[in-house]
Amino acid sequence: MPDHAAKGLRIVGHRVINGVWRLGYASRFFLFTLTRSATSFRRFRGLTFREIYFAGVLSLIIIIVSGLFVGMVLGLQGYETLQRYGSSEAVGTLVALSLTRELGPVVSALLFASRAGSAMTAEIGLMKATEQISAMEMMAVDPIARVIGPRFWGGVISMPLLAAMFSAMGVFGGYLIAVVVIGVDEGAFWSQMQSAVDFRHDIVNGVIKSVVFGVAITAIALFEGYDAPPTAEGVAGATTRTVVTSSLAILGLDFVLTAFMFKGI
Amino acid sequence: MDRTLLDLWVGIFVAIGIAALFVLALKVGNAGTTFKTGATYSVIAEFDNIGGLKVRAPVKSSGVVVGRVDDIQFDSKKFTARVTLNIDKRYAFPKDTSVSILTSGLLGEQYVGLEAGGDSDMLKDGDTVKLTQSAVVLERLIGQFLYNKAAEGGSK
Repeated sequence: MPDHAAKGLRIVGHRVINGVWRLGYASRFFLFTLTRSATSFRRFRGLTFREIYFAGVLSLIIIIVSGLFVGMVLGLQGYETLQRYGSSEAVGTLVALSLTRELGPVVSALLFASRAGSAMTAEIGLMKATEQISAMEMMAVDPIARVIGPRFWGGVISMPLLAAMFSAMGVFGGYLIAVVVIGVDEGAFWSQMQSAVDFRHDIVNGVIKSVVFGVAITAIALFEGYDAPPTAEGVAGATTRTVVTSSLAILGLDFVLTAFMFKGI
Repeated sequence: MDRTLLDLWVGIFVAIGIAALFVLALKVGNAGTTFKTGATYSVIAEFDNIGGLKVRAPVKSSGVVVGRVDDIQFDSKKFTARVTLNIDKRYAFPKDTSVSILTSGLLGEQYVGLEAGGDSDMLKDGDTVKLTQSAVVLERLIGQFLYNKAAEGGSK
């Protein structure tokens, strides 16, 4: 009996030590990415542009289409509820506030994590499995500066732009449904929205959120790729972990940021 | 992939992103209407009751937004609410302007209404407005109405 108890405790201890070790490794990796990112800016057009293309431009379609549909659903649902209280013009306020504060940054970050984050992990995991990263080290090329840094900054630059597009498309979708299809008064729709949405308080906070999410997603994706066991199974597991961990990180960080930004107002 | 095509796509992407930010700021948000600091002067008004007035609520005169509520504090000596109004420098108001707290619609947002008086001296930065009218409290209004009705019934 004590043998079993000891075995159970050993498993718990092993897991905790592993977890802490990985956390420390990930933090050091993130720190190295930051301190060695001079290359990504010195060769911005050569290296980082390509990563903005892969992370940002290729995510354009999914972001624009889902933004449009989320806005249209918000318009329909918002109208449905608000017209019971005779304030259907407030649907513009509802759509704009929920998009700029929450849905824009959060949903576009979730899409970005599964669209671009997983691709980053798989690419770097495969580079490691096919020993391209070791080859770089042999040639005295720093793989963190040359491979990781540009991808990190490409993702961090793309994320807020994608979130802004998502919100703008969502507001347009809400406008389409509420004003064009249902027939809410256009002037009231825009003027109520403009008087309720504050630039500093709502839009800038939304942009700050999306920058934080961009940093979290790309850091997690790059670390998982770099840390993946160099096998087909290892890369598959790392890609799954990227999507799961970054989605959880987005939702958790969103709560913390919201608690700081919108307390008591 | 061709270098110039890639550059073009990244350029398009960044341009759309920045355009979306501008649309959000100007069309959705109020960046087009917020006053820049320095282009305003502040006036203090004291109210017995401000109701549900909030910081950043609009200050209107004849229905036109001329400023915003900057700060609301409780004066513990006079037991009144001190409301600081930031008014756009472009608009000058006479010294005997009356300030009241009004509600847009029956249950809408509360705002500060300015009604110009006839004085030839204008309000300056840091001035205190003498004529103020508190917010209408619906419960008190209903209570008064019921009391009057009861008094009417008693006198008959």
